[in-house]
Amino acid sequence: MMIKMMTRNALRHKLRTILTILGIAIAVGAFGLLRTVITSWYSAVEATANDRLIVRQKVSFIFPLPYSYREQLLKVPGVEGVTYFNWFQGVYKDKSEFFPRMATDPETVFDIYPEWIVTPEEKAAFQNDRSGCILGVDIAKKYGLKPGDVMNIEGDIYPGQWQFTVRGIYKPRSNAVDGTQMLFHWAYLDERMKTDMPGRAGNVGWYSVKIGNPDEAAAISEVIDGLFANSSAETKTETERAFNEGFIAAYSAIITAINTMAFMIIGIILLVLANTMIMSARERNTEYAVMKTLGFTGKHIFAVVSGESIFIAILGGLAGYGLTLFFVQAVATFVPKNMFPVFILSPVTITLEFVFALLIGLLSGVIPVYQSVKMKIVDGLRYSG
Amino acid sequence: MAGLVEIENVSKSYDKDAESVAVLDNITLSVPDGEFLALMGPSGSGKSTLLNLIAGIDRPSKGRVVVGGVDLGSLSETGLAKWRSTHVGFIFQFYNLMPVLTAFENVELPLHLTNLPKKKRSEHVARVLDIVGLGDRVKHYPNQLSGGQQQRVAIARAIVSDPTLLVADEPTGDLDRHSAEEIMTLLSRLNKELGKTIVMVTHDPHAAEKANVQRHLDKGTLS
Repeated sequence: MMIKMMTRNALRHKLRTILTILGIAIAVGAFGLLRTVITSWYSAVEATANDRLIVRQKVSFIFPLPYSYREQLLKVPGVEGVTYFNWFQGVYKDKSEFFPRMATDPETVFDIYPEWIVTPEEKAAFQNDRSGCILGVDIAKKYGLKPGDVMNIEGDIYPGQWQFTVRGIYKPRSNAVDGTQMLFHWAYLDERMKTDMPGRAGNVGWYSVKIGNPDEAAAISEVIDGLFANSSAETKTETERAFNEGFIAAYSAIITAINTMAFMIIGIILLVLANTMIMSARERNTEYAVMKTLGFTGKHIFAVVSGESIFIAILGGLAGYGLTLFFVQAVATFVPKNMFPVFILSPVTITLEFVFALLIGLLSGVIPVYQSVKMKIVDGLRYSG
Repeated sequence: MAGLVEIENVSKSYDKDAESVAVLDNITLSVPDGEFLALMGPSGSGKSTLLNLIAGIDRPSKGRVVVGGVDLGSLSETGLAKWRSTHVGFIFQFYNLMPVLTAFENVELPLHLTNLPKKKRSEHVARVLDIVGLGDRVKHYPNQLSGGQQQRVAIARAIVSDPTLLVADEPTGDLDRHSAEEIMTLLSRLNKELGKTIVMVTHDPHAAEKANVQRHLDKGTLS
């Protein structure tokens, strides 16, 4: 009977209830979208492997390391493989068309990064073509590129005109892995540097080191940094996660602002629903007084009033979840992949949406429940007529 | 022999703007079991306040209210609520039915406080709706019923848990003459045929005529 009363009460003023549910839905939807934006930024961190270390120049990431370090790194106990990258950048078609373009070692990169999946044929084709490149599936799809196509890129960090032939398309192992990168031969870059800018030849942006036991990450990092201490290019070695978190830290103010906004939206809708519930409860003071007269106690009134607000909030939460799915799908469809390489609604965000919807329902009922329970029967009955 | 309702030297006052307003002044009243008492008096005389005290929905400032041997002042709020659910049936001037519940569900409402199984509850509800002549309106919502019919549903709700005492606050105050007559006949039947003790507050002399006893309140004192 209590359930019947709370659901029928909730639908008593249909327009008010629909508008309230809509308000909650938009708030929950917006919360989900903002959280997904943040999750997207953290996706690079979440996608990291715990058996990979990043070795970079100690002073700054923008300074290179000698290629000769590779042999020494391979000899460090616990290290199972090494690959390396240079951030190439450049302009493809238009300056606004950004996606990561990196020079790497075609022989080792897919051993160290097994989450980038290529067929053996494509891998061999890539390895055998000095000017070949591999593209992430999302970026290939965006530009309509396929194996055999030629890409012309104007260099900026590495000036000049660069031509690449697409030799394969990698597929991310999961939807948490970035599918927007371009990889090409480090040797192709180094050859050009040797002739055009000899001072920049033989340099590597950073090394990616695969280790056998993730528990030894700190010890191996210490050994590596000790190896190059007091050299002209000292290193800073850290886990891939810590390395990626360093990038995210640069946006911490924006992330904090978005997070604050997301929670403020929840706070505002809490006040809106609380206001609605207070109005509804006040309108029903006589009914609650009659219930008390019949012998119903505070716990019954609590069940009817808070049950109604929870019912509305859960309907709003469900609609908000649907709205988030729609928003996320729309962003994933219409916003270029290179802006948010990984844009998926995480289980944590979904859980948070429903937890907050439930909390909104519970908290918004607190004041009306308190007022209704505390109300004297004779005062409640005066509302009638 | 003590009456079903014993009111001993009861006074009631309310605080209003730092002033104490006396509503009832040293009332003593005994209502024997099976009596149909009409409390009459002008507006503001304290009739409804006295009724509320008898029904255990308000407490006196002074004095004792004993119903069926139970001193209501000795009960906690929860104890009082439980007592009301089993011993008192209420009939209000404006019916006070739950608008979201059907006639059947409204009558069934007090039975949810008992341990009766659904089948038994349904039997009780059907029986009392027949008594009040609304066996064919079970699925109607209050807004689909006339004033007289709503009051009959309210009477069915009041008697469904078979209380010893019925209290009615202006039960015909919102009804036309014909409906009022029907309601008073029904209350009279409940008193005579089912032996219910009824305390009724009314302005209406015609309604009061149906009662066995009439008492008048004026300025908080009983005559």
